[in-house]
Amino acid sequence: MTLAAMSSNFLYAAFICYLIATFVFGGAVKGNKTGTYNSESRWGKTAFIITIIGFLANLAYFFTRWGATGHAPLSNMFEFTTAFGMTLVGGFLVLYFLYKTPVLGMVVLPVALLIIAFASMFPSEVSPLIPALQSNWLAIHVSTVVIAEGILAISAAAGLVYLLKVVDLTKKSKQRFWLEAIMYSLVLVVGFVAASTYFTVTDYEANFAYVDKEGLDKEIAYKMPPIFGMNEYEALSEGKMTPLVEMPAIVNASKLTTVTWSVILGTIIYWLIRLVARKRISALLKPFVKNVNLNLMDEIGYRAVIIGFPLFSLGALIFAMIWAQIAWSRFWGWDPKEVWALITWLFYAAYLHLRLGKGWHGEKSAWLGVIGFTIILFNLVAVNLIIAGLHSYA
Amino acid sequence: MEKKQCQCGHVNPPGTILCESCGRSLTEKEQNSKLVDMRYEGTARRSQTYNKSIIDKVWNFFSSVKVGIGIIVALLVAAAVGTILPQEQYVQVPVRNEATIKAYYSDVYGEVGRIYHYLGFHDLYSSFWFIILVGMLAISLIIASLDRFVPLYRSLKNQRVLRHESFMNKQRIYGKGQAPEDVLEKAETKLKELKYNVTLDKNGLLAEKGRFSRWGPYVNHIGLIIFLFGVMLRMMPGFYVDETLWIREGETRAIPEAPGYALESKKFQLETYTGEEKDGAFSEAVDRVGSVVKNYQTDIVLYKKAEDGLPGEMENMEEVKEYPIRVNQPLKFDGFAVYQMDYKQNELKAMNFALTNKESGDSLGELTIDLINPEKFYELENGATVELKGYYPDFSGFENGEPQTATPLPNNPGFLVEMTTPETPKGETSFILIRNTIEPFGENQFKLEFQSAETRNVSGLTVRKDKTLPILGLGGLIFMIGVAQGMYFNHRRFWIQQKANGEIVLAGHTNKNWFALKKDLDQVSEFASLPAYSDQQEDIEMRMKKEGEEAL
Amino acid sequence: MNEKKKSKKKNRVIMRSVILFLLIAAIGYTLYNNATAEDVSVLKVGDQAPDFKLVDLEGESHQLSDYKGQGVFLNFWGTWCKPCAKEMPAMDRQYEAFKDQGVQVLAVNIAQSDFEVQSFADQYKLSFPVVIDKTKSVMTAYNIIPLPTTVLVNPDGEIQRIITGEMTEQDIEGFMEEIKPQ
Repeated sequence: MTLAAMSSNFLYAAFICYLIATFVFGGAVKGNKTGTYNSESRWGKTAFIITIIGFLANLAYFFTRWGATGHAPLSNMFEFTTAFGMTLVGGFLVLYFLYKTPVLGMVVLPVALLIIAFASMFPSEVSPLIPALQSNWLAIHVSTVVIAEGILAISAAAGLVYLLKVVDLTKKSKQRFWLEAIMYSLVLVVGFVAASTYFTVTDYEANFAYVDKEGLDKEIAYKMPPIFGMNEYEALSEGKMTPLVEMPAIVNASKLTTVTWSVILGTIIYWLIRLVARKRISALLKPFVKNVNLNLMDEIGYRAVIIGFPLFSLGALIFAMIWAQIAWSRFWGWDPKEVWALITWLFYAAYLHLRLGKGWHGEKSAWLGVIGFTIILFNLVAVNLIIAGLHSYA
Repeated sequence: MEKKQCQCGHVNPPGTILCESCGRSLTEKEQNSKLVDMRYEGTARRSQTYNKSIIDKVWNFFSSVKVGIGIIVALLVAAAVGTILPQEQYVQVPVRNEATIKAYYSDVYGEVGRIYHYLGFHDLYSSFWFIILVGMLAISLIIASLDRFVPLYRSLKNQRVLRHESFMNKQRIYGKGQAPEDVLEKAETKLKELKYNVTLDKNGLLAEKGRFSRWGPYVNHIGLIIFLFGVMLRMMPGFYVDETLWIREGETRAIPEAPGYALESKKFQLETYTGEEKDGAFSEAVDRVGSVVKNYQTDIVLYKKAEDGLPGEMENMEEVKEYPIRVNQPLKFDGFAVYQMDYKQNELKAMNFALTNKESGDSLGELTIDLINPEKFYELENGATVELKGYYPDFSGFENGEPQTATPLPNNPGFLVEMTTPETPKGETSFILIRNTIEPFGENQFKLEFQSAETRNVSGLTVRKDKTLPILGLGGLIFMIGVAQGMYFNHRRFWIQQKANGEIVLAGHTNKNWFALKKDLDQVSEFASLPAYSDQQEDIEMRMKKEGEEAL
Repeated sequence: MNEKKKSKKKNRVIMRSVILFLLIAAIGYTLYNNATAEDVSVLKVGDQAPDFKLVDLEGESHQLSDYKGQGVFLNFWGTWCKPCAKEMPAMDRQYEAFKDQGVQVLAVNIAQSDFEVQSFADQYKLSFPVVIDKTKSVMTAYNIIPLPTTVLVNPDGEIQRIITGEMTEQDIEGFMEEIKPQ
């Protein structure tokens, strides 16, 4: 077996461990009645050990892939996103070690699973580094960022648990709406994974010629049935669906098609869940958080931010600037990825000032934690895939 | 506002919430609250106390955390708006000027682009209002820090060991009860073991650990201010150099803004991954993408003029070093760095011709015209010669019968030649262009037939020098020290008092991580048999929760 | 007590005003720099003209400082630059008129081949020395961007005037008059 093949097997193993651990943590939460600082049950311990095994497999994936490619596997969408899933679990392990809270695992692990599944939808073959990335700073800068983001994301997980407990789902409110919106967007990721997997397995491909925004003739391969057509498109493959609507040149209709399929599938799945369960997903999860210690969740959320913020500053701004000075001759160039790193940093700075200076604890702080995660995801997904810039490696 | 005298006799500055000396609550609001507000140790934030003149008002505005957060959020939103459409510097237009950029936005992005450009968002980050926002952030950082640091420093410096009971029982961690006689000594021993600084006074002790973490925010703000100062300096003329140098293989060029230095380009090369042998692992990726660049490299020689050398003196240059400039590996010298940024491949360098008889096709030999430094005479076999009468490296047409050149670069070379052969001793004139020959004085017998061309590559290098880098680096370092100090350490304190009746009162406070504080206290309690304590905040919440459940 | 309080308050206001003033001035200055950043040129009128040494078509060296005591009419040009070509004959005529009055013309070609420069000089029958800045080092030292640019150096070796763009014969005559030694 080649190193690269071994590496993917380790990733599968990690994925399966996380999947099992999710359910065991669920069991641990059900069994936990006290909800105090030290409420670790036997189930919790088991789940923790499974998670650690999964994390070790995940690390093994990381380092075997490093061995196979000769560079830190953090250079494209697949690699970075997978690493993000891994550090999310790593961040959870650190905080679990400190606080012993199974409920956090029940939230973090499914999110990590989604993130890794999402990552696998991108081309995952080992790829060489372009000159701009050939530097030790790739490992230093990106790994610091991805660790910091993994830890910061824990703050959102703790926040989500907090909100699931405090938001009153019996009355109509903004909070109820937005909480459910979070659940819905998580299901949309499932929709994306489902759509991509289906059309990949069925080997769908339709080729089109089109004119891009600079007026140049280009070709593109759709991996999903074209709902939207590229600007002035012309079908090159026969017997495939004709796009329903043609988009102007500035819109990448192929990506829009992918998004639309994900939304369609995700929405179907979401409503199926609701029809079967006859309640909102947040209401479905509510019983699990019944015994949660709110103070503890608040503290975990805050702790995650104060551990993650300095790391994020170091990795996403300082190391980033040092490397940019070396590779691109300027430490800062207002590239979208840079700007969004700054936005993330400013956001967490505001979080800290609101908490320390204005006393925003509890629910407000929990919402902020969730919003912070959204910004991180935006920078990961949207900035890479939609806003083109120097960092568009995917 | 007046100064406040506490019941204990201490006179506090106006605006104080908790007496600096004994800790009694001084405001009514504070007296009625269940837990004490320890944020700035209950000291008066300076600005709030005076609010008379305009200066005070402006000062107070910038001192407010709310305003600070407002500025942060405004910057955040503005920064985000700037990423909706690409910024001007990332826009590709053939000719760069205001009109073409404006046209680009409306052509490519339609109405949205037009409005975006109209609002100036295409160059948002150097717009005056964005700079003002950053400046306001700097002012807020300075004033808010000054206003809080000074009183906090004073109050932590002058802490008293014995606090009033109303201060103790409003701490989040609080306990009261009987304890053995030697409890204070034992607690002291254990606390010292846990690396606390213990101060004793009469019947009480104050144990403190990690006070320096309280300065973290101010240290990181100083770092940010230094960083912003560096950014400000950077905008002044002369603090940094940013020049582009296009250099062709074989050329020697003075380095712009680096007096006395010159670069010679030996070779530019572009390598791609083959997907074979050493890069075998990447074959799949290379196949999918088509071609992946492995390396951009310009091999250069750096020269420095001799001490008494003058600009223009070629012979007086000394070789400093040879270096391959690659992406991520800039050439560095004397505070400058030269980067591999761009390239053009296959610019014409020389052309080979054969002098041929048009009718018979016989060749009288070949000649090479160096397009960079052409010769005037070319001697061929049998006494045939070619004389270069005119050379137009970038031929752009005729003006008054004169051939013109648009640029000095050999993009479209044109040659005016006179060919002399034994058959045509008077010479024949011909104007040669790529794929075209003009014979101005009638039909010729001979022609110069194009054989082959030699090319060379051009490197686009960027020359940088940035004197502010050390300042920015220092700012970044201090910022990191500050955040680590403030966030990875915490300030823990315990107050323990033994009353006359032997009863022990204890209270604990930390600026974060209550979990660890309780762990410390548990250890001390066990060793010194302190009375049980409770987390009053959790108690309050429990009570509220119970009340809530009962109400249902 | 009251006196003390008053002076304390006065000090406070003064200190705050000074700090605020400094900070706002810093922002103002930054804005000013941001707005004018592109207009900064390295050489200004009145500066000492940087010395250089270039070789002309006859192989003779010309060092700027050798012409101290004379006015130097320094013209940067290239064969592809049409306005450069247009002003050459007028420069040549004026050179003939002024060369005995202590005005020297140096035409600095920007890194072209000997052949092109020689053909050009022959075509226009230039009588003043034409030197070639092979490495663009003089161009860099003088921060020349558009062509033609003419730098007038007075007999003291200082920059008298910098002209970018084409000059008429009248202009040229006036400029030579300007740098003529008294």
